Amino acid sequence: MSEREAALKGAVAGLILSSASALAVMLPTAAMAQEEPIRIGYIDPLSGPFANVGDAGLKQFRYLAEKMNAEGGILGRDIEIVGFDNKSSAQESLQILREAADEGIHYVTQGNGSHVAGALVDGVEKHNRRNPDNRIVFLNYAAVDPTLTNEKCSFWHFGFDANSAMKMKAITDYMADQDQIKKVFLINQDYSHGQFISQAGKDLLGEKRLDIEIVGDVLHPVGKVKDFSPYISRIKASGADTVITGNWGNDLSLLVKAGDQAGLDVDWYTYYAGGLGTPTSLGKAAAGKVKMITEWQENLAVRYEAPELRSMLEEFEQRYSGIEFYYLRVKTEMDMLKKAMEKAGSADPQAVAFALEDMSIETPFGTATMRAADHQLMQPLFMSTFGEDYLEYDSEGTGFGWKMDAEIPADETRVETSCEMKRPTRAS
Amino acid sequence: MIESVVFSLLNGVLYGMLLFMLASGLTLIFGMMGVLNFAHASFYMLGAYCAYSISQVLGFWGALVIAPIIVGLLGALIERVGLRNVHKHGHVAELLFTFGLVYVIDELVILVWGQLPVDYRIPEALDFTLFSLYGSDFPAYRGFILFMAVAMFVAIYLLLVRTRVGMIIRASLSHPDMVGALGHNVPRIFTFVFAFGTGLAGLAGVMAGNYFITEPGMAFAMGPIVFVVVVLGGLGSLGGALVASLIIGLVTTFAVGMNYSIADMLASAGIAFGQDSVLGINLSRFGPMLPYLLMVLILIFRPRGLMGSRES
Amino acid sequence: MSTSNFPGGAIVRHAAVWIAAIVVIIVMPYVFTSSSSVSMMSQMGVFIVFALSYNMLLGEAGMLSFGHAVYFGLGGFLTLHAIRAVNDDVWSFPLELMPLVGGLGGLAFGVIFGSVSTRRAGVTFAMITLGIGAMVEASANMFTNFFGGESGVSGNRVTEVTLLPFSYGPQIEVYYLIGAWTIVAALLMFLLTKTPLGRMANAVRDNPERAQFVGYSTTIARFIQFALSGFFAGIAGGLFAILFEIMTAPNVGLIQSGAVLLMTFIGGLGVFFGPIIGAVLVTYMQIALSGFSEGWILYFGLLFVLMVMYVPNGIAGVIVSHFAPWQAGLAHRFAVPYLLAIVPALLALAGLVTMIEMGYHLSLAYDPSRPIELFGMEITATSVAAWVVAVALFAAGLVALRWVAGRIRQRWGEVNQAMDAQRAKQ
Repeated sequence: MSEREAALKGAVAGLILSSASALAVMLPTAAMAQEEPIRIGYIDPLSGPFANVGDAGLKQFRYLAEKMNAEGGILGRDIEIVGFDNKSSAQESLQILREAADEGIHYVTQGNGSHVAGALVDGVEKHNRRNPDNRIVFLNYAAVDPTLTNEKCSFWHFGFDANSAMKMKAITDYMADQDQIKKVFLINQDYSHGQFISQAGKDLLGEKRLDIEIVGDVLHPVGKVKDFSPYISRIKASGADTVITGNWGNDLSLLVKAGDQAGLDVDWYTYYAGGLGTPTSLGKAAAGKVKMITEWQENLAVRYEAPELRSMLEEFEQRYSGIEFYYLRVKTEMDMLKKAMEKAGSADPQAVAFALEDMSIETPFGTATMRAADHQLMQPLFMSTFGEDYLEYDSEGTGFGWKMDAEIPADETRVETSCEMKRPTRAS
Repeated sequence: MIESVVFSLLNGVLYGMLLFMLASGLTLIFGMMGVLNFAHASFYMLGAYCAYSISQVLGFWGALVIAPIIVGLLGALIERVGLRNVHKHGHVAELLFTFGLVYVIDELVILVWGQLPVDYRIPEALDFTLFSLYGSDFPAYRGFILFMAVAMFVAIYLLLVRTRVGMIIRASLSHPDMVGALGHNVPRIFTFVFAFGTGLAGLAGVMAGNYFITEPGMAFAMGPIVFVVVVLGGLGSLGGALVASLIIGLVTTFAVGMNYSIADMLASAGIAFGQDSVLGINLSRFGPMLPYLLMVLILIFRPRGLMGSRES
Repeated sequence: MSTSNFPGGAIVRHAAVWIAAIVVIIVMPYVFTSSSSVSMMSQMGVFIVFALSYNMLLGEAGMLSFGHAVYFGLGGFLTLHAIRAVNDDVWSFPLELMPLVGGLGGLAFGVIFGSVSTRRAGVTFAMITLGIGAMVEASANMFTNFFGGESGVSGNRVTEVTLLPFSYGPQIEVYYLIGAWTIVAALLMFLLTKTPLGRMANAVRDNPERAQFVGYSTTIARFIQFALSGFFAGIAGGLFAILFEIMTAPNVGLIQSGAVLLMTFIGGLGVFFGPIIGAVLVTYMQIALSGFSEGWILYFGLLFVLMVMYVPNGIAGVIVSHFAPWQAGLAHRFAVPYLLAIVPALLALAGLVTMIEMGYHLSLAYDPSRPIELFGMEITATSVAAWVVAVALFAAGLVALRWVAGRIRQRWGEVNQAMDAQRAKQ
């Protein structure tokens, strides 16, 4: 070993030792509050490729918690949102579940990735069975895999976004009324979410409009395709006038952009065109062509004259420039949680879970109800089109915004469930 | 049928040429220095982001010139400060160094530009339709990418073969001691080569960033596939990289069009077999696997690649 | 580690180390009692086995692999499928031995993929492993029956088929199961390094031509080492499956492969206990650091790059390099310069951390002018003064560190001379 190396080694050894000790000092020590707040663990990616989405959700939860606390919190206690980074990994999320339980957190919320949601439903079931005195309720604000409220349904899981089956029902109902639609092409990501949409789209369209021809059905690898022009060529060759896609993120932006560049003239029916960053990367490529099915977009607050929501979203956007008030369902989730805790008179997970069943809440757009049979929220859905003729709010400063085409009332989004709910015995 | 083949050809060649722009720098660095630069795609991403920032002030054409230079200078700095020190520990240590660099550069990009995609646009001057074929438009920017890639290949080739600098570079690859003995500064040549290679990656980023999407995941999406291209073509071979880029571009593009499975083919031949097994899987779903399969096969049976002159 | 056989004293010393390790494993849950720490320590056990198996390749035989998670992940999937079979009463096999299923699976795939990849060495080998890793990851999407699609495969480890009277529902019981397996696997891998095979691997690493000249087939040595390493990686995967009761496609992927490389390297290649240190440290950092900073990947990358540059033998290498001075009774002479090094190192680190955290705050926070809490202080990232102070801290720390490095270098010179003198006397 040369002397120089030795010296550097010594220095690095010192650095490692000191950094280790420094880190130990900096690690968050368990917070001891005099008036224990009600804590909600937010489990979503806060680092890595999906960090932007996780971060935006966390901000919205924190913002709403702050609002709620300013009005006295729940049962006189403050709400605190504790962010956990699950790095989009199922195992990491399960480790977090244990951390959350250790810290006395009884409510967790997650949304990005049905695979994580599935792991959490399973993990929460097992945890609650093995630790009956330290139970956890899982409030799912965005994962839409229908199995979560069907085969995999759990008493401890509550789904606040309309699941994929409900959204597809709404899309095809709307399409059935559009006489100009003759040829439909389905292009989706090759994993359960995309596969489900492809299957359900074909089945439902076949039931509702016999004259519509399915001219193509393609699955492509998730997040791997850089150049969608080969797919665009296929769509073009098929003569389709309408495309249905469940794609999200870059897979959606690249697809629509490639279509625009090749001069493809179709209507895109999507789930996620309003997702964080997507309007920015879509830009004018999507104008007038891209539609989405959601429970919310900002111009609905204008259309339905909801001043409270408007001031809320304006304040939110002013504070966090660059992101938007993406999820009404986060507000619905928080409001329902508050109502359930007040009804139960405590923050006990089991009592609150029972209170949530069949609970209804009024939103500016109608009533939202938590169906007891499968813990799936029933709420009105909206079909909207991206373009220049929006009412007031544009998306992400692009100069384009969402305009409502149709409302699908909560009742018409109803899909039967195969859930056989196992409820714990109620301790009175 | 014929139009889908024509389009697949066009698309495949375009994707292949984009790959080549990235791969040329990587294969040069490997050829000259023996360093497999894991962070190459990260320099590509840096190029796209730099171009975005510069184009805000100077427009696209300014970015096209300046961004690759900035990336190249950064590459030179990293070579001078980091890689040169690691060199004495051997090739594995160099590989590990660039592997760690991936984490650092990717995170620094997030640190500077944030996690959201940035709005890096195609310049107005190139935002028109070049020609239409079978009713599909071919955007001018694609033509520009093709032109740049070909120009790049010719320029690098001439630089290496026709100029004195190129001669010294090639000589220091095969006979470093002799070149050193002739009074040339071999470490400085290495720094230059690394800067040049990373600069080329930066240029590819400038070109591709607005065609695709400029976002923090773009390096990770591109990294492994560029490796495949370089290995397939033969490490260090510029011509090999060109051929391999085109092969990968065409193979992945045509695989997309294969909307049937082996079992379907058997069925049409009257044999009902294996619909539920591996044979029943749609061929287009094998697409993402094919480049890696090609790479493994070539490494096993012809480790110097299609056109490489020596084994790594 | 140069003892080729065990003289009596060495056996006693080795046995003492292993017994101490067992005691530590037993005692730890009484020190860190929360279920998340028990879970974290269980993960450490899993990754110790995984990193040690990786060291069999890179450390012992000089084979750089970018696809070791293939054997870890496939072993885990196989174990979980076996557990599911027991859940469904199709099969009966005690849970305690389930990791063996993963191990045999890892071995089988090690034999298959090893037979094609180990014929080459060096960078070619590394590229083949990268390709195989990418292929297996891509195939996870096609063979959904085995990999369970993106939601993965899950099972219930409480199978009621066990050797011992435990249910393995509670975290602590799983911890001890993993602890036991960690000891057994580590001991086996340690003993392997003492066999002729282990020696052969070292020879192939250090001087392949000479090894061949002596009559060994380098290909066969590499192949056996590779397959066995796959076996232990599979055991680690099996333990992982029992711990989390779910396996997902990323577990066979390139990121997981990169993680084990980082662990092994940071801990120290070639020294047996190096990967153990690395696994413990990196697991802790992954879990704890990501809770502390959004930039944990950056810290991680910087640490790795710095280590490749300055400490290529890892933490264990630094420790081992002090053995000789320690035995010569000269180790105390480093105390003063090392203690001196801590101050500037902390200064530089504080400056760097402040800069990075302020940078992340500026680019990610909704309201960048809001102060951030760091080292118990409130720092405003938008103020120029904060940046000046941070840069000054960093620069001053670096300058001082250079100065201390000079002192340390000098001290090493003196100690080396003194050791030479001692040796000369004997």
